[in-house]
Amino acid sequence: MARDAKKLKPVKEFKPITRSDELPLDAERLRFMHETMVKARCLEERLIAMYKSGHGYFWIGGPGEEAFNVPLGMLIKKGQGPAFDFCHFHYRQSATLLAMGEEPLGAIRQMKNTSTDPYSGGRNFAGHFSKKAWNIVPVSSPIEVQYSMVIGTAMAQKRLGGDAISIVTGGDAGTAEGDFATCLVWSSRPNEELPVLIIVTNNTWGISTPYDQVQGVERISDRGVPFGMRTKTIDGNDPISAYLELKEAFEYVRTERKPYLVEARVSRLYGHSSASGANFSTVEADCLSLFEERLDKHGVRAKAEAKRLREKYAEAYAELARQAKEEPFPDGATIWDHVYAGEPGKDPLAD
Amino acid sequence: MANMAQAIRMALHYAEENLGVTDIFGEDVGAPLGGVFTCTQGLKTAWNSPLDERGIIGAAMGLAMAGARPVAEIQFCDYVYNTIDLLKLAGNTLWASNGQWNLPMVVMTPVGSGIRGSIYHSHSFDATMTHIPGWKTVMPSTPLDAYGLMLSACKEQNPVMFLIPKALMRVRGEELIPGEPGDDKQLSKLIDAPLGDRSKWTPQWPELADAAIPLGKAKVVREGRQLTVVSYGRTLPLAKKAADTLAGEGLDAEVIDLRTLWPYDWEAIVASVKKTGRVLFLNEDTEVTNFGEHLARRVTEKLFYHLLAPPKVLAGKFVPGIGLADTLEAASVPQQGDVEQAMRALAVMQP
Repeated sequence: MARDAKKLKPVKEFKPITRSDELPLDAERLRFMHETMVKARCLEERLIAMYKSGHGYFWIGGPGEEAFNVPLGMLIKKGQGPAFDFCHFHYRQSATLLAMGEEPLGAIRQMKNTSTDPYSGGRNFAGHFSKKAWNIVPVSSPIEVQYSMVIGTAMAQKRLGGDAISIVTGGDAGTAEGDFATCLVWSSRPNEELPVLIIVTNNTWGISTPYDQVQGVERISDRGVPFGMRTKTIDGNDPISAYLELKEAFEYVRTERKPYLVEARVSRLYGHSSASGANFSTVEADCLSLFEERLDKHGVRAKAEAKRLREKYAEAYAELARQAKEEPFPDGATIWDHVYAGEPGKDPLAD
Repeated sequence: MANMAQAIRMALHYAEENLGVTDIFGEDVGAPLGGVFTCTQGLKTAWNSPLDERGIIGAAMGLAMAGARPVAEIQFCDYVYNTIDLLKLAGNTLWASNGQWNLPMVVMTPVGSGIRGSIYHSHSFDATMTHIPGWKTVMPSTPLDAYGLMLSACKEQNPVMFLIPKALMRVRGEELIPGEPGDDKQLSKLIDAPLGDRSKWTPQWPELADAAIPLGKAKVVREGRQLTVVSYGRTLPLAKKAADTLAGEGLDAEVIDLRTLWPYDWEAIVASVKKTGRVLFLNEDTEVTNFGEHLARRVTEKLFYHLLAPPKVLAGKFVPGIGLADTLEAASVPQQGDVEQAMRALAVMQP
């Protein structure tokens, strides 16, 4: 049974900029945000369509989180090595990748598990990105491990100096795992604080289990309070609010070299994954439609133009999917490749 | 001659001076203790972590991703079990990212029985570790091998698990580490931290040299014609002593120290078994799905027509723990008499 995210208890410091009528960002930025959100939505819907038509075994992604994930990508300092931001993402981050400038074809190829999949060569699920050139460490299916790994990259960045930070994302359900506590403990050690932006996107669900059935902490961001770190819970359904709130958090972590825990309340528009049907939820807030209403009202982008963009990207990604369908699967003999760096792939028991 | 703890310490000193090791860390690894077995006393990059094994492994992974070269310690392998999925992740990160992200990191942990450590300080880890692809796993039985294997581990581009047989940690070697003074007391004075206040103490490191032992190379520690024993770690000296004893009874046994468990030296095993036709695989981990079982299976399949007797495995009893009392420990893991008995029995088996 679907459940409205709004049933979560009201949050004291929740800043409902969404409902404000103002648009405190320039029009060009707003249009970029919107177009990237559209691209992300169309990409995920194409991946779902591929799954439903037998062109992929499993879908998982982040439709419904675009209002948070796009601003996140806009604020990341991308590049390779500790002088740039490290991204320890979970599997709902395609909108962030697109906002960073990634081409959508890679995600489509990964869905189709072709050998051309730039992230895993057909080895891993949709949404399991990896891009060393941008410090996007491999996304894995365990929902918590990234909270333990992030402390290592942040340590290297702290030592290096400069303003690069490590960003980790995960869901509300994953905060029950010990790795979340690991992240809080290690990033707040006295005199050894780490430049980590700790993000929890709270969609109030862990697959089928409501958050408030299994966890008693009303605001996940409060988990950071005893560790002396800055915390806040924000509206992840409003891209303007999310951008401004994230900007403040990024700037703090970049300059103070200390952690910041941000909980973003978001929607989950197509369920957990294909395992739960991947059907559109009509009871959760749709951040893209809400944003389009506002942009139209303020004359930033007319509804008709927004509709045209959706049609344009839906068709463009359908074409990319047709292209990917013609591409080969990886050769079975390649299973031995990349078991060890610097060594040719071979069956160790063949003689 | 150095003992194994001193050998590892000297290797880590050499590695932080010459091989780019940036972080040697874990619980009680830094000053003042320098490790519960003293392996990390006086090292300039050693530091104390929170008591959090998942954080230790996660931090090592993140550091490796960011270009650092970490050596992480889990204080006893009995406490590594809550990190198994992180070890899996470290082993599959290169593969899952289709060759993008290799993790040059070393994890070291004391293993096995021999110090009356009861249920949670006597575990072995070789059987479990060799189930995790993507890692290299080593286990020395002498200080010189510990030194050389640690240098190779610190040069690796891939994750290395360094298992330290704690029963041998205080046993002095019979071979000098290049650069160490020949006098035990002089070595101790140079590199062992004093009792009491250590705040003003700094080690006086000898001029050490690179004596790396390639991973994957076994060592024939005793040549023989009638029987092969393949072992590693604590049970290796038992095999060597048994072979010397049985030589007096006219049994000429060959003893191979595997040293690297994965990738292991198959050629050395083949050469020996073809010569002797009889082989005993000896270790102290629990015997069900034991690493020796894999070796026995492979020998049976590949060398069947060279065998004069069935390959044997002598290992720990498949019980939930090693009891504290001498009698319980002795009944749980192979002892000197057990090894001799097994070798005698194998030597007289007739087709």
